[in-house]
Amino acid sequence: MIFGLEFPPIENLVEWPNFFGPQDSWYGFNKIALINLIALVATAGLFLVASRKKTLEPATNAPRGSRNLVESAVSFVRDGIIMETIGREGLKYLPYLVSLFFFIFISNIFEVIPFFHMPANARMAGPAVLALITWVFFIAVGLKHQGPKYFWNAVAPPGVPKALLPLVIPIELLSTFIVRPFSLAVRLFANMLAGHIALKIFAGFVPALLAAGAWGLLAPLPLALTIALTALEMLVAVLQAYVFATLTSIYLNDALHPGH
Amino acid sequence: MDPVAAKYIGAGLACLGMAGAGIGLGHLFGQFLSGALRNPSAAEGQRGTLLLGFALTEALGIFSLLIALLLLFAV
Repeated sequence: MIFGLEFPPIENLVEWPNFFGPQDSWYGFNKIALINLIALVATAGLFLVASRKKTLEPATNAPRGSRNLVESAVSFVRDGIIMETIGREGLKYLPYLVSLFFFIFISNIFEVIPFFHMPANARMAGPAVLALITWVFFIAVGLKHQGPKYFWNAVAPPGVPKALLPLVIPIELLSTFIVRPFSLAVRLFANMLAGHIALKIFAGFVPALLAAGAWGLLAPLPLALTIALTALEMLVAVLQAYVFATLTSIYLNDALHPGH
Repeated sequence: MDPVAAKYIGAGLACLGMAGAGIGLGHLFGQFLSGALRNPSAAEGQRGTLLLGFALTEALGIFSLLIALLLLFAV
């Protein structure tokens, strides 16, 4: 199976056996759980390793080793995401956004890592939980900053003429409280799933052509397309993490500054 | 009509929604390019907005693909 010498069954796109634990139960441990666990350990471990005292030069406090990578990553999220969308007040949400970005990025990049080839966000559990956390978080931030008036300000932004309110209120209600978490989850999930399906289907064409005798001469064509799609998947992995973090920060901006 | 046949026909029709996403993405990048060629030094500052707009537009095309996949595998 690992060497691709036989055409894989189509069910392998949607089912795997659990490593241990009973099948079809919520506590079975399968490949997706393993990838999520590795992403968690890698994210937490990278930042913990880079925050030791050893990573600063003793005389000048210049960063050295892994601290360089982590500092440039944190400044990317801070300047490229938070300062662009919220401004200085959003800097206290930097830890949440950095963890979100890196967890989603590492989970996504497993699509192109050999022996795994599975983005853990291609199953709805991960994106659904992350979107739910973000939803609860921005509602909580809005309530903390604006008090109970947050719900009124969210559905009827200040500055809307009174005559338009019967039209604006249902639209904003649906859009802010229902469509936002749903679209965050589905965007991440469906992008990863679509890329995964495309990659597996084109990769499956190669052994199918090779096994069909003379048609094997055409086998380099799907192979070249698979290589190109792998490069695209790497781009999509980074992009989906960036978009999730940026949209979270835009929703936090909405909660902090009503009516923009 | 046989329900399995209806599923496949529905999945194929759902994929037509990606045409709109394709047009939107082409328009977006075209406008960005035409603006960037007039004012190259200001183009770098808007790269974040470009990527965000790309992902939001692409998301709608992917939603229609999701409907097609739901029809094929989950109904």
